[in-house]
Amino acid sequence: MARPRPRITRDPNIEFIDDKSGPRVVHFGTRFREVSLPRGSRVIYPNPPMEPLGNVKAAIRYAINHPLEADPLYAQLRPGMKLTIAIDDISLPLPPMVLPDIRQLILTEILDLCAKNGVEDIHLIVAVCLHRHMTGPEVRRMVGEKIYNAYWPDRLYHDAEDADNIVEIGQTKYEEPVRLNRRAVESDLLIYVNVNLVPMDGGHKSVTVGLCDYKSVSMHHNTKVMHKCHSYMDPRHDKSELAKIVDRMGAIVDEKMNVFHIETALNNDMYGPALKHLGKHEASWSELDRLKFQASNAVLERVPEAARRKILESVPAPYGVIAVQAGKTEPVHQRILETSFKQYAVPVKGQCDVLVAGIPFISPYNVNSTLNPLLVQVMALGYLFNFYRGVPLIRKDGVMIIFHPCQEDFNRTHHPSYVEFYHRILSMGTNSRDIHKYEREFAENPDYIQMYRKGNAYHGVHPFYMWYWGDAGRAWVGKVIVCGAENPRVPKQLGWDWAPDFETAMDMARSHLGKSQPEVTLSHAPPIMVCDVEA
Amino acid sequence: MKAVAFYDVDGTLVSTNVVHAYAYFARNVPTISGKIKRSATLAVSLPFYAFADRLGRKFFNDVFYKNYEGINEDRLYVLGEELFEKVVRKRVFRDMVDLMKRSRAEGYAQVLVTGAISQLVRPLAAYLEVDAWFANELEVVNGVATGRLVPPVLAGPEKAAFVRRYAIEHGYDLNLCRAYADSASDIPMLCTVGRPVAVNPDSGLRATATAHDWPIIQAD
Repeated sequence: MARPRPRITRDPNIEFIDDKSGPRVVHFGTRFREVSLPRGSRVIYPNPPMEPLGNVKAAIRYAINHPLEADPLYAQLRPGMKLTIAIDDISLPLPPMVLPDIRQLILTEILDLCAKNGVEDIHLIVAVCLHRHMTGPEVRRMVGEKIYNAYWPDRLYHDAEDADNIVEIGQTKYEEPVRLNRRAVESDLLIYVNVNLVPMDGGHKSVTVGLCDYKSVSMHHNTKVMHKCHSYMDPRHDKSELAKIVDRMGAIVDEKMNVFHIETALNNDMYGPALKHLGKHEASWSELDRLKFQASNAVLERVPEAARRKILESVPAPYGVIAVQAGKTEPVHQRILETSFKQYAVPVKGQCDVLVAGIPFISPYNVNSTLNPLLVQVMALGYLFNFYRGVPLIRKDGVMIIFHPCQEDFNRTHHPSYVEFYHRILSMGTNSRDIHKYEREFAENPDYIQMYRKGNAYHGVHPFYMWYWGDAGRAWVGKVIVCGAENPRVPKQLGWDWAPDFETAMDMARSHLGKSQPEVTLSHAPPIMVCDVEA
Repeated sequence: MKAVAFYDVDGTLVSTNVVHAYAYFARNVPTISGKIKRSATLAVSLPFYAFADRLGRKFFNDVFYKNYEGINEDRLYVLGEELFEKVVRKRVFRDMVDLMKRSRAEGYAQVLVTGAISQLVRPLAAYLEVDAWFANELEVVNGVATGRLVPPVLAGPEKAAFVRRYAIEHGYDLNLCRAYADSASDIPMLCTVGRPVAVNPDSGLRATATAHDWPIIQAD
């Protein structure tokens, strides 16, 4: 078969590798790797960060005073009312943003307005659903010292396992129960403060998922629904069964509760000053960028893993706010999605045989923690695979080559049930349709429930959701090869292959595809992008 | 029942321990001189007991339960009930009561296995509505405690042997069984079951639990 010919392009997002192209830089957990791609390979770069709003506080005030399809917030506040404000948890944005966090800015505006209107009965709830509860310092960082001192810990907690404080407000016509936090349901007004990082965030998902319990969330977080999703990042109902069910449940929320939704969109400026060069094309790096990269690489290669994580976690992301909308959930979400896609959407023509990607050190589920093997899996097949609209970036039965050291490193405080899932359940098989029968055992395990309720652990069932998240990708991709895996047992346990270096991985890919010159694409994410792929 | 959840008691289900219990007995000796003598002896012996516990739970039991020598069996029974009502009941970890409810609902038999003496455990076991409980027995001769425990003494490895025997005799799969404890002295028992859990663990147990990826629970 003829080698794909390099095509001349002026598309700023697309670059084709030729003889003069140097290596491309990919994430390798807490380190980086330089990859020399075959000639003719395509590299897809995210859009540059959009210009942030000049005055975020003014934008917040404008949004809550001129909401979409709702009365202005001040008109909904009155003395003696019961108000609950729910906020997104630490899983957004990634990495945590430079202070002040957008949630703190919005909460400050809302609480000032409440004080002026005599509203005193106020609860803040971090909408964790089955995610881990945040620690005091994490909450303080997110909402600021003043708000933290006023509300922590009693009025900042959603406990999905507190049966007395979960209430069912109704069922959809498909008998999906909508079971939510009692305080939020019984409030005269629920304000939801969202941070939108990827297009599947926000909208009805904020309330119906963030504030629900296991019974409710299991209606859509299951293998059947995941297999019916063509892309989690495309919220159209014919593309995402998940979005369809969530919207159905959201309609019950709209009917039974008074929700004032505030959504925000961030640009993709995720690298702090020290790592700024990673967000640019390698070809445009200055000498200083190259020196910075070599210096940071030298340091990261020489220090232990825990120190590497500390170094990277200490660099917050200088995200800029690019939109704030408030009002009724659906129109607000629609506007935010439009802005989000302006930032994230990258038009791409043609699929590839081999998709190459680096896995970074952070995911929504391991902030201040380690990226364990299940999370590596969810980053590859759950997120990177799903960052598309139209058709997947990779052809059916194509090969995904990912870069990650793949250590069996679990945070026992945050991910206790992951350990059992990884060692016991994945030893029995990797097919979700076979292993989902163990889901209930984990969900009802009293030890994991206690660790979720009173510790900082993800709910016992969470590793199943992480595995289901990869279902659509697993069903589509023919082979996943982990390049540079330092513990080969990890890829094997995940049902993947491994290769010591990129050349070997490419040989394995060629052999699997039966093509001597497969079409190779490197997804240069992060920063996040959503490829609008035309087959 | 599909399997058993075994619980240590002191430090695991309640925040009291055997020394608290004896202190209560000492304070309630009927004579003033006896009260002073037993309380003072206990107070000065505390560092020694701490040292004895480090040498091994069996050695600790041998020296500690000597304190009960001469106490009337009936009195032990009455004071056990009193101790529960006045001291232990309010020190039961509510989180563990919830956990036991969920565990029972899952189909696990609830069984206490403790080194405390039976007079103290009986009211707690009734309160927790457990399926079975096993505690140490003080040797009693002519209605009076001798200060020795009736062998086999439930402590350390003996608890492990007991748990294994119990599961086999009742046809339970040990791999499915759970055990909960707070102290490194219970590591043998925890190692016996397929699902060990450390509850408010001491440093020794925490290190072991961390090394072996056992769940660690904070309960109050």
